[in-house]
Amino acid sequence: MNTLLETVEISLTVNGERVKRMVPVRLNLADFLRNELELTGTHVGCEHGVCGACTVRVDGEIVRGCLLFACQADGCKVDTIEGLSDSRELEELQSAFVLTNALQCGFCTPGVLMAAQALLRDLPDPSREQIREYLSGNYCRCTGYQAIVDAIEAVAKARAGRAK
Amino acid sequence: MSEFDETAKTLNFDSPNSYVGRSVTRPNARRLAQGRGQFVDDIVLPRMVHVAYARSPHAHARIVAIKSKKAQAMPGVVRVVTGAEIAMVVKPYVGVLTHLQGMRSPPQYPLAVDVARWQGEPVAAVVAASRAEAEDAVETVEVEYEELPAALDAERALDPSEPKIHKELDSNLCFTRTVDTGGVDAAMKSAHLVVEDTIVFGRHTGVTMEPRAIVADYNRADESITVYHCGQSPHMMQGIIASRLSLDEHRVRIVVRDVGGSFGIKIHTYGDEIAACALSLMLGRPVKFAADRYESFLSDIHARDHRVKAKLAVDREGNMLALEIDDLTGVGPYSMFPRSSGVECNQIVNLTGGPYKHKEYRAKGTVVFQNKNMMCQYRAVGHPIAIAVAEHLVDQAAAKLRLDPAEMRKRNLIPDDAYPYKSPSGMRFEALSHHKCIDKLLELMDYEGLRREQAELRKKGIHRGIGLSSFIEVTNPSPMFYGVGGARIAAQDGCTIKLDANGSIVAATGVTEQGQGTETIMAQIAATALGVEMSCVKVLTGDTDKVPYGGGTWASRAAGIGGEAVLQASLALKRNILEVGAVILKTGAAELDIADGKVVKKGTEQGLSLAELARICYYRGNELPIDFQPELVVTRHYRVKDYAFVFSNGAQGCLLEVDTDTGFVKLLKMWCVDDCGRVINPKLVDEQARGGIVQGIGGALFEHCIYDDRGQLLNATLADYLVPMAAEMPDIVCAHVETPTKTSMLGAKGAGEAGTGGAPAAIMNAVNDALRPLGAKVTSQPMTPEIILRALGKVR
Repeated sequence: MNTLLETVEISLTVNGERVKRMVPVRLNLADFLRNELELTGTHVGCEHGVCGACTVRVDGEIVRGCLLFACQADGCKVDTIEGLSDSRELEELQSAFVLTNALQCGFCTPGVLMAAQALLRDLPDPSREQIREYLSGNYCRCTGYQAIVDAIEAVAKARAGRAK
Repeated sequence: MSEFDETAKTLNFDSPNSYVGRSVTRPNARRLAQGRGQFVDDIVLPRMVHVAYARSPHAHARIVAIKSKKAQAMPGVVRVVTGAEIAMVVKPYVGVLTHLQGMRSPPQYPLAVDVARWQGEPVAAVVAASRAEAEDAVETVEVEYEELPAALDAERALDPSEPKIHKELDSNLCFTRTVDTGGVDAAMKSAHLVVEDTIVFGRHTGVTMEPRAIVADYNRADESITVYHCGQSPHMMQGIIASRLSLDEHRVRIVVRDVGGSFGIKIHTYGDEIAACALSLMLGRPVKFAADRYESFLSDIHARDHRVKAKLAVDREGNMLALEIDDLTGVGPYSMFPRSSGVECNQIVNLTGGPYKHKEYRAKGTVVFQNKNMMCQYRAVGHPIAIAVAEHLVDQAAAKLRLDPAEMRKRNLIPDDAYPYKSPSGMRFEALSHHKCIDKLLELMDYEGLRREQAELRKKGIHRGIGLSSFIEVTNPSPMFYGVGGARIAAQDGCTIKLDANGSIVAATGVTEQGQGTETIMAQIAATALGVEMSCVKVLTGDTDKVPYGGGTWASRAAGIGGEAVLQASLALKRNILEVGAVILKTGAAELDIADGKVVKKGTEQGLSLAELARICYYRGNELPIDFQPELVVTRHYRVKDYAFVFSNGAQGCLLEVDTDTGFVKLLKMWCVDDCGRVINPKLVDEQARGGIVQGIGGALFEHCIYDDRGQLLNATLADYLVPMAAEMPDIVCAHVETPTKTSMLGAKGAGEAGTGGAPAAIMNAVNDALRPLGAKVTSQPMTPEIILRALGKVR
């Protein structure tokens, strides 16, 4: 029983701000971000690492916020949708998503954007099939995915055009 | 409509300045894309506590005792409450509609009292400082159960030997209905060909990405409750919460902000949500319930789960003569309140074969109770089944007659000039366009080219299938849907629109936004009718304190009904503005129009800005004549009067490949031609079609709530329950035929459900088209690899 309530102190950087908190060891990162830091742009859809709604960036890599304990992020640099919106890193993707209507209810969208940004970093000129494959870890129940693929493809092409 | 005749004449949806018909982007999408939405679980209120539920692990069990002492002592626990205690605060509810004659369902309480009747039914509530602590304590609630035999199989539910679920009922029958034109037997007897099959549709569910959630905030001082709800029908919920908790309805406020997917799932009365409201009353503080995914699978309504025996008679030329269906469905232990669980079956009886001109029809629908989670209305209620059954038989008959399925449809679809038309089941169609739609579809698909390619590939052992479906969709429902059955669910909707002091427009509407674009299209309509920039228009939704009384969003009604109310309100406001303009400009209102946000003399561009007009009205009334009072706020309502429903129609096509070694189906492409009347925003309509089709694909190929023989749901996780993922989904080509309805000035019909309705039929026909040369046939959904390999005789 006591292990449930055991707490540890963690220090981490979230969206560029240093944060120090006492947290229960069992608290997952998504709940920590949402409930402790009130960063509610990270959403919880399944709590077992399938749907991708809680995707955030830890030390530059996208992870499932529900599959990482907050205490595992001790000393890490965490970026959420709020931070990447404020820094305008996601602006191009967000504009493309709005333009193609690649979101409806918007619940999955922060996670999808995190994944899309990581995809374009790893694979700047993906085919539609590659985009679809990469997004297999992000469920969307509204759009049917096509508009999401359109948006990511448009951004990839725009970036490739600028690079020429 | 007469009062608007003069103003309405200025309305031109085809003008270059019209927002109606344009794919403008959604102003609220940017907020959601930045993670700045506000979903219910994001809401935190002072002194708020959290509830978690102990749920029955059994499909059917007597609750012998509930011991909560240990749970009460757990860290953070505020209160442990049993179903019996909740029942003392909440009036029970009965989910029947009186116009579905003979329907019955016993009174239901939010939590089980004495007997739990499905695995997952809540039996006790634990309220604690955090959800985690509430869940910890739920684990320590000791519920002693005496397991009872469960009635699970709908086929056996009415056998006298089956366990009876409710002692107050003489059997497990919920509802039955028949329709009979009288000549089916004779037509079947004399027909050239009769095809028949039994088609089985598996249970599935909506899987909204945001699980259900509610925050109930009861204020003891003024006996009011504010409920933050992720739902689709705020006024319906207001009435339900007021009546069940014995509160004054005007002291119940429902606030619906961002909703993370709904699809019909979030429009019903869930015991865990009503109990959260009751707990807020009992505790005098805000209570939050946010379902986790496991709870969603066990308690969100399920849908489909139908077995349909169907028969079609045709003559030598393939003309359809008679259709007969026998539908059986098991809906769980109660009929869901307040929409009832009889509607899906009722729709199947109403709609099967609806696109076709056969004269004879007999349908029997039977709804039974069983010890599984409850079923009720989910996107495209009944349509996927009604459409798949008829389209399957049409294809079977075509194959027997060696007719191309497209030709078979053209011979039988109701002619486009035959309207108004009454179907053999009694449905009245105002104006449909089946032939235009299928012609456009075949052209879009390059149907002939696909057939040639299919034949070539068959020679190489590649099994492609091409499937078609023609369909109708119930949209814009009149009071004949729910109101006539005694349910307090509004079919009318309203809009209050005003010109604010700075010249901006604020429109409040009773329909809601779940991401489909309601707020956008309402702004498009208002801006067009008023002659202002769309950016000047703000749309309010989802707050019973602030919007006119309305039904909300269901049955593809928001654009057609809510949109017409916005149009009429906008035209009325325009008339009032022009009257003010006439007074200020000292001319006749008939000489004036509004263009670019200015009151102008017709044909000129110079004029009085709405901001200046508003400034004079609100601050400088002294400049107006003493006997003139400007009215810059108006409200208008609209309901469908001439028809029970305003049907839309369309056609879909599917191209896929079946791997006959593995049974896997690869979707290559889908096409959809939909006639939803006037298209307000083509992009948003296309996205409704695409999203809807993908949900239809889910039901046809993947999604299945699998129960074992003790009533345990075996795949209640997102890892085990398959929903469509990006990699398996095809690109979907959309096109439109526009037949505006004359039941409104706007002319819009609904577009939200046609995709889901039509897709399973096209996919099943395509699978069977691929399998036909191999002598195999699939008649159950989801069409999993196992089902296909069984059909091929490769596994037993």
